[in-house]
Amino acid sequence: MTAIPQEATHASRTAGIPALLKTAVINALIALVLFSLMIGIRTEAGSDGQLTYWTRFGELASIVAAVFGGSIVIELLRQWIGPTGAEKLVPPALQSGMSFVGRYLAPALLIFTLLVPVIFYDQRYILDLAILVLTYVMLGWGLNVVVGLAGLLDLGYVAFYAVGAYSYALLATNFGWSFWVCLPLAGILAAFWGVLLGFPVLRLRGDYLAIVTLAFGEIIRLVIINWQELTGGPNGVSSIPRPSFFGIPLDNSDNGLAARLGIEYSPTHRIVFLFYLILALALLTNWVTIRLRRLPIGRAWEALREDEVACRALGINTTTTKLTAFATGAMFGGFAGAFFATRQGFISPESFTFQESALVLAIVVLGGMGSQLGVALAALAMIGGFELFRGLETYRMLVFGMAMVLIMIWRPRGLIGHRAPTVYLTKAQAISSDLVKEGHG
Amino acid sequence: MQPPVPSCYKTTRTLKGCRGPRTLQRAPFEPASGLVRQPMDYFAQQLINGLVLGSIYGLIAIGYTMVYGIVGMINFAHGDVFMIGGFVALITFLLLISTGLTAIPVILLIVLLVSMAITALYGWTIERIAYRPLRHSFRLAPMLSAIGMSFVLTNYSQVAQGARVKPIPPFITGGYTLHESQDGFVIQLSNIQIMVVVTTIVLLAIFTWLVSRTRLGRDMRACEQDQTMAALLGVNVDRTISMTFVIGAALAAVAGLMYLLYYGLVDFFMGFVAGIKAFTAAVLGGIGSLPGAMLGGLAIGLIETFWSAYFSVEYKDVAAFSILIVVLIFMPTGLLGRPEVEKV
Repeated sequence: MTAIPQEATHASRTAGIPALLKTAVINALIALVLFSLMIGIRTEAGSDGQLTYWTRFGELASIVAAVFGGSIVIELLRQWIGPTGAEKLVPPALQSGMSFVGRYLAPALLIFTLLVPVIFYDQRYILDLAILVLTYVMLGWGLNVVVGLAGLLDLGYVAFYAVGAYSYALLATNFGWSFWVCLPLAGILAAFWGVLLGFPVLRLRGDYLAIVTLAFGEIIRLVIINWQELTGGPNGVSSIPRPSFFGIPLDNSDNGLAARLGIEYSPTHRIVFLFYLILALALLTNWVTIRLRRLPIGRAWEALREDEVACRALGINTTTTKLTAFATGAMFGGFAGAFFATRQGFISPESFTFQESALVLAIVVLGGMGSQLGVALAALAMIGGFELFRGLETYRMLVFGMAMVLIMIWRPRGLIGHRAPTVYLTKAQAISSDLVKEGHG
Repeated sequence: MQPPVPSCYKTTRTLKGCRGPRTLQRAPFEPASGLVRQPMDYFAQQLINGLVLGSIYGLIAIGYTMVYGIVGMINFAHGDVFMIGGFVALITFLLLISTGLTAIPVILLIVLLVSMAITALYGWTIERIAYRPLRHSFRLAPMLSAIGMSFVLTNYSQVAQGARVKPIPPFITGGYTLHESQDGFVIQLSNIQIMVVVTTIVLLAIFTWLVSRTRLGRDMRACEQDQTMAALLGVNVDRTISMTFVIGAALAAVAGLMYLLYYGLVDFFMGFVAGIKAFTAAVLGGIGSLPGAMLGGLAIGLIETFWSAYFSVEYKDVAAFSILIVVLIFMPTGLLGRPEVEKV
């Protein structure tokens, strides 16, 4: 836990050392009470079901001391940096430099991504990580349509990911259909579920929508767990077929791609193929989103995000607008799910928990809702950050949660960028009183 | 060792690893073999069980509905505050027993006060750290901050107390047999069930008095209607909002204690499902309405119990969530809620 913010007032900001010590002592006391039982006492159930406990006063003392020290440091930093509310002017030179970087960052990143399998051909770990990052980039871009463009808060996005994954897994294992037939089907099925979810929630807004989508995600997960005849329940679906290169298997057989091309077989071929597959899918998502944004429907999404009531007043059909947003986002989620299933070869309900939804949503929000580049960078930062903390398995989600809170406090509009509506009036239109007088509407 | 509740409410837990939400599944009562179930008796027994479960949900739901009424945000971390309350109660129990105290009422009273106090401080701190800086931010920010806070609390208690389920020995045993039919089916009302319901009613009475008769309650209602105006008229808005979180967390702590006593165990993941269900209850009753929250809690508890008794235990959560969706389609303001005016 971080230090507790002080009685942040303008008075305390300029106050001297006694006031500073006072807030630090108060924070330390609060921390002492908060952590006294939860950290100071450790309980554990023994093998006979009997609870035992032991004390950990050392840890408790060090945490309280950390809070004490931390609140002094934070208060000093606050006095040194000055009021947080003040607007800081970015020098024009830096601004133009940033826009230059912004313009060339996306193509540079794309070229680098295309070259990743060439550069890191021997490093399986990096390739796997890159595939994982790209999966989340794709999920982020898919959810971006719903949250970033249409402004509909969806906490159950993982449901569509699950629908896509299970569609492919079940179709492929039961009927032996190939990946390339199942991929569009997975997308269509997920889009269908998107519409199905979209219908009941059309009238809901904001937080209600969030909680209903969350409930929907949980329903899908619970049904997957409990419908054991179809989905295998908690054991999941295993031995899902690997994808083929448009019908040519990527294996060591005589029929395989390596044999046909006359090159020596290596398992890395499959990984590289998967990498380019997810890259292509992600770029497809991106391309469709960018194109859609220029169509009337994309404009309608952005208008819906900015103001639903005004949207309706202007004659935009909010029903179809919302449903298409849900369906489009869900379709991309379904594609990503099918890819996930074929990459893993095994899926179980454990991969589709609420944490995944929250992670994808966090990527979208951190990236700055609506910004495509921002979402890609946020996915890279989040999944990369997750990998860095892999050694600290239990602390990972703790750090993730703290980061989410801190980033929201620091940059609520997203770390990287925020996408303003594509079209808007550049000049404020003053409406004079004679235009609106009685009888002239 | 005697189980805390009659064996027909024995909890069967599915433990698959330590990841993913684990839901508590209560096996419906099955009469001894060869006997025909008495429909009315069975119904009555399930009604009692449902009311008890509903009381616990209702206590948590009040915290959601109060915060939503004043700040207009879903306090996503509230379910985890409930979990913290359960843990604090468990640890306090353990400490008190190891001091050699044997008087059950004294132990219960101390545990109640300690867990309410510490959990209330958690609620206060959470509001201070995660929500107050975002009060005038854009709409999604507090919601995401709350989700982050929920992760922090879940994993904090996993790190601090371990991932395993913590059982406690039974404290309140015994009960009454209300009715015994000739084929041996008994309707039982255990002491712990009575305690849960009575505590809920007493707390609800105190709470209603607090909101309708005291200065703090008046401030809360004023802030709910118009924060700026309330501030202009001398209401300390910050303090009132803090107190809302404190009261909500204290009630969640009571719910955590009741859960601990009723089911005899706590674990770090119990806040998630309980939290969503309590929120469902708050929405069902009409968010922002206190009697609505209690009513919604009872409704969810009864739906869940009857669904597991007559249909399937596995799909009881699906039933509860489906109810949420159906209610929101046909009654977006809930049972007792006020219609919301759309403003541009």
